[in-house]
Amino acid sequence: MEKIVLPEIENLHQLDVYLNNGGYTAIRKALSQSPDDIIDQVKKSGLRGRGGAAFSAGLKWSFMPKSTDKPKYLCINGDESEPGSFKDRQVFEFNPHQLIEGALITCYAINARKAYLYIRGEYHKWIKLMQKAIDDAYENGFIGEKMKEKYGTDFSCDLYIHKGAGAYICGEESSLMNSIEGKRGYPRVKPPFPAQNGLWGNPTTINNVETLTNVPPIINKGWEWFASIGEPKHPGTLLFGVSGHVNKPGVYELPSGTLLTDIIYNYAGGVPGNKKIKCVIPGGSSMPPLRGDALEGVKMDAESLRAAGSAIGTGGIMVMDEDTDLVKVLARITKFYYHESCGQCTPCREGTGWMLKLLNRIVDGKGSSKDLDLLISVANNIEGNTVCALGEAAAWPVKFMVTRFRDEFEAQVREKVELEVKNKVHSMRSTETPITNITV
Amino acid sequence: MEFKFTEENLQKIDRVLEKYPVKQPAVMPLLYLAQEQNGWISVEVMQEIANILEMDAEDVLGVVTFYTMFHQKPMGKHHIQVCTNVSCMLRGGYEIYNSVREKLGIENGGVTQDTKFSLEEVECMGSCGTAPMIAVNEDFFENLSKDKALQILDSLT
Ligand SMILES: Cc1cc2nc3c(=O)[nH]c(=O)nc-3n(C[C@H](O)[C@H](O)[C@H](O)COP(=O)(O)O)c2cc1C
Ligand code: SF4
Ligand code: FES
Repeated sequence: MEKIVLPEIENLHQLDVYLNNGGYTAIRKALSQSPDDIIDQVKKSGLRGRGGAAFSAGLKWSFMPKSTDKPKYLCINGDESEPGSFKDRQVFEFNPHQLIEGALITCYAINARKAYLYIRGEYHKWIKLMQKAIDDAYENGFIGEKMKEKYGTDFSCDLYIHKGAGAYICGEESSLMNSIEGKRGYPRVKPPFPAQNGLWGNPTTINNVETLTNVPPIINKGWEWFASIGEPKHPGTLLFGVSGHVNKPGVYELPSGTLLTDIIYNYAGGVPGNKKIKCVIPGGSSMPPLRGDALEGVKMDAESLRAAGSAIGTGGIMVMDEDTDLVKVLARITKFYYHESCGQCTPCREGTGWMLKLLNRIVDGKGSSKDLDLLISVANNIEGNTVCALGEAAAWPVKFMVTRFRDEFEAQVREKVELEVKNKVHSMRSTETPITNITV
Repeated sequence: MEFKFTEENLQKIDRVLEKYPVKQPAVMPLLYLAQEQNGWISVEVMQEIANILEMDAEDVLGVVTFYTMFHQKPMGKHHIQVCTNVSCMLRGGYEIYNSVREKLGIENGGVTQDTKFSLEEVECMGSCGTAPMIAVNEDFFENLSKDKALQILDSLT
């Protein structure tokens, strides 16, 4: 099967190996065409963003204003902090030059002369690997001033890494720009959109690492080739990161539209102990969870997943077997969003706290059925009422987990409340004692 | 205690500043350099960075407190970070966290008396496919079991 983003070529991360495999020929080809031609080809290829929203890359580039003297910027999003996502790090490690080349072509298409690659701070090792590739590319004239000589054009472009420092929210594009500007990573109110008002108030495009790594092959092999791979509406391959209860967790590059069950059972080796699957989150922890009994026939692309009641997100597939305590899982997910909320909007700041409190109460066996309705109501009040999509990211797991696994949540509240009553009647033992410590 | 960047770091700062059209974006890179040199971010560090970048010290403080990787107190020589987010949790992340916590005798954010270790429960580190994991300072250790994690602690000097 054809690999576009992570080809199985040994030592491809080294510049000479990349060059021997056709590296840096796409940028040469691109420079011989007009920027609009490039945008047109990427549009027609159907390439969509791999950072979560699956928005058309070519269309996004076309929003960049042409009649302005302002400097333009490209930001490459390598924040990769969505729980369950670990794909961009593969690109840094195994195919950094293709990312660089994709970024250069994008800069040419949108007329940017500087690109910032934002990588999460915890990725120390991968920042070093990526920096090495960038240094080698500079030294050999593939980036920077020397490009002019190398390609005989007047286009040149710089590429810098900006290291994050432990804040999930900085993956949100406007927060990312504030972070680069040396500010706290608060998301900005939109509009204005980055193409109008981005880095330092200038036109800016933000794309995910995996998105841009797809660009060189599109230019080299043609948009028709790319458009014919996988699902026509969401073409190409996707990097699926499979984690949790599978025998062979890891990143699998497969055509979009591959069956979810195929990925879990064939590629990721199935569930340890042949257990049944209770729940799968198909696109990173922000996306609505699917029931284990509703996975048959679900294809992994944006439209199919939407039809199945979830979303493609980052393609991070988290698998949970039949013995998983989903109440604890949801409490843990919610703790994450509570911790990562930047605190700007009240519904997100307060709502994530309330949901966490309610969930912890249920985990402790002190919850009631009413708490479940309250959880959904709090989630509904966050959704659509916040500056950025972290609100939805926090609300969706709660809303859909509780709704789709109501039986499991009900069992948890009922069972434990009954216990509480029993204790009171028979032993008069203080109900303050955590129920989990009581053996019956 | 007064803080000044070393000569070597001052040269690095010059190179950092070349990357951006204005000075303020250098605040995170400078905080990293300072943390490397000083071990943690003190008030004096923030003051010095504010001076260099012509920023208000309050704005530097705002950045420091926003990001979890800048430490406002000295951490242990080995800063142990244990991921307990979902993919790690499903494969024993909490068992590891709890046994590390018990072995070191400190809570989240704590430092051992001999300042050899500090502990932090962290969010997803991007190692979900090789979970569970811990990080020691900048190094990741993946595909762990409780025993392997404790062995790693034992091997640190
Ligand atoms: C809370 C939050 C976190 C996000 N984190 C990331 C991230 O780590 N990486 C990423 O590429 N996109 C992330 N995004 C999506 C970005 O805002 C943006 O849509 C994306 O980088 C655009 O690139 P693409 O069109 O190539 O996907 C996040 C969005 C939100 C709301
Ligand atoms: S939704 Fe949450 S994370 Fe996003 S801006 Fe509002 S408070 Fe911050
Ligand atoms: S959940 Fe632990 S590394 Fe992702």
